[in-house]
Amino acid sequence: MKLFKIRGGVHPDDLKVLSAGRPIEDLELPPLLHIPLQQHIGALATPVVRRGQKVAKGQLLADSQGVISAPVHAPTSGRIVGIGSYPAHHASGLNVRTISLQSNGEDLWSEDIRGEVDPFALDPDEVAARVAAAGIVGMGGATFPSAVKLNLRKRYRLHTLVINGSECEPYLTCDDRLMRERADEVLDGARIMAHALGVSKILVGIENNKPEAQAAMAEVARTFPSISIARLPMRYPMGSEKHLVQTLVGRETPARGLTADIGVVVHNPATAFAVHEALRYGRPLVSRVMTISGGAIRHPSNLRVPLGTPIQHLIDHCGGFTVEPTQLISGGPMMGQPLPSTRVPTVKGANGLLALTEEETHRGETMPCIRCTSCVQACPCGLLPVEMAAHARAGDLDGVVKLGLMDCIGCGSCAYVCPSHIPLTQYFNYAKGEMAARGRAKQKQTETKRLIEARSARMEAIKKAKQEAMAKRKREAAAQKAAQAAAETGKQQVLEDAAA
Amino acid sequence: MFAAIASLTILGLLLGWLLGLASRYLKVDGNPLVEKVEALMPGSQCGQCGLPGCSAAAEAIANGQAPVNLCPPGGRALAEELANLLGVAVDLSGIAEKAPVVAHVHENLCVGCTRCLKRCPTDAILGGPKMIHAVFPDACIGCEKCYEVCPTECIEMRPVEATLQTWYWPSPAVAG
Repeated sequence: MKLFKIRGGVHPDDLKVLSAGRPIEDLELPPLLHIPLQQHIGALATPVVRRGQKVAKGQLLADSQGVISAPVHAPTSGRIVGIGSYPAHHASGLNVRTISLQSNGEDLWSEDIRGEVDPFALDPDEVAARVAAAGIVGMGGATFPSAVKLNLRKRYRLHTLVINGSECEPYLTCDDRLMRERADEVLDGARIMAHALGVSKILVGIENNKPEAQAAMAEVARTFPSISIARLPMRYPMGSEKHLVQTLVGRETPARGLTADIGVVVHNPATAFAVHEALRYGRPLVSRVMTISGGAIRHPSNLRVPLGTPIQHLIDHCGGFTVEPTQLISGGPMMGQPLPSTRVPTVKGANGLLALTEEETHRGETMPCIRCTSCVQACPCGLLPVEMAAHARAGDLDGVVKLGLMDCIGCGSCAYVCPSHIPLTQYFNYAKGEMAARGRAKQKQTETKRLIEARSARMEAIKKAKQEAMAKRKREAAAQKAAQAAAETGKQQVLEDAAA
Repeated sequence: MFAAIASLTILGLLLGWLLGLASRYLKVDGNPLVEKVEALMPGSQCGQCGLPGCSAAAEAIANGQAPVNLCPPGGRALAEELANLLGVAVDLSGIAEKAPVVAHVHENLCVGCTRCLKRCPTDAILGGPKMIHAVFPDACIGCEKCYEVCPTECIEMRPVEATLQTWYWPSPAVAG
């Protein structure tokens, strides 16, 4: 298959050897699960259960709110012991609304759960609706509700579904293991998604450091002419959907656009697997495969983890730490986020948990920029990280935006190659956050204006109504007076007449 | 000779007539900048700047009598926009210090007097006579008008807390 070149990128040591050889194990059930109501991009889910209620595995715990949202389901059977605030799986260390579930150890699926014998007979809308109801989100880490992406066919002319099995982040092997062990299910899910999208072509991109996964997927794909496997060169960030699509299709996604603009939709193998489970067996997304790795982990592993399991539980299962880690990371080392503690629960978007040692984090002291432009060569988006960071440091956000901040995918290639250890990615994350905050402030201002106008219009109307009522009363009083006066004069007239 | 005089006279009359028309139909009342500035202001007439209402503040800003960063509800974004519009330099370091606040009604103290909700410029307080009042934090602009009138001091101005949606990484330049 012909592949196309992308610019930039880096070649970090992939270190997948730590866990790539370990088959996916089922994690034993923890006694207490903490299921956050925000495990996706978009609006928080609203609880539909009460404290003390008994729930079955797969039962709806909180329903989605609005279009960009996702429901959450019970990862096991048990009793709801609380609905409150709990530390989120997030770098901020903030709390988020969370449902705590005490397992009863039976792990019984709800009786309402029913699969579909032939998902291909379903209407595409129905497939998307079931994917939405199963709470499936992008499991590569972006956690965008998958059903919204399946509905893109209504607005775009699509021709290809790409399954992103590149897994270009070092350490991570969960997609690798899933494709090796569950190739049938992953490709079945992919075919169901292709049906929902109304496309006939499926491309599976897998990097060359995963020959077993390539072989397993190719074996299954042989029976389906619509599926082809692309063997991708190893290069970070091959897994960025825009770059993957460019490699496979040879066309660049327009700036600030979607890959759907050029007719392609990208999904992760784990998402495809979840879609398979949801459509064939009716099972909502209640567990995921995670890689637990890093130099500080005694036995790096790939685990199938019920969502909401405290990460301490995963670390204990893997034999604990060999040394105290300097950093605990959710996701891969390039784009992952540091975690504040081991209390936080696992979530739908967390594909890895890394405990990194001092040597692995390479935390050098930040030095002044020497303008070597290594970052410019490494940037896969053709931006100038050196200039952008300088503007961000000076607080000139408009300048950063002009230099293409919104096209930055935050891959961290620039910071990886920087010989002065400048935290370039953090500058860009800060600038993006600040821009978003300004957007929100602006929106609030327009909303405030609308509210104020509505209020003054109402006040005006009330005033007018009062004046009118007053005028009416006055008129009535005057009329009454006149009538009375007339009656009086009438009476007098009569009297006068009588006197005369 | 005659042609020159005639053409210049006609030209003069024509241009004079055009100017006359322009002065009538394109007449500008006051400083157009004031209107532009006022359009940017929040318009809540909250008076936090110390001037009576947003139009007075807009006039002061446009005439250069007040700094562009005087509006607390508008915050940093407004100050920057105003500075851009007027082409002045502005020191934004002072603005970020005052974190945005929203009103919060302590329900055990509220007596339902409705004074606060009558004064709220954005209808951000819900309630009725002898009913506990509540604040919609999304609509509250932190103008403190309700805070001043509450007879039981049950309103507290609370800083807006970051959520997972609004939190973002601090600048490494500030973090050190």
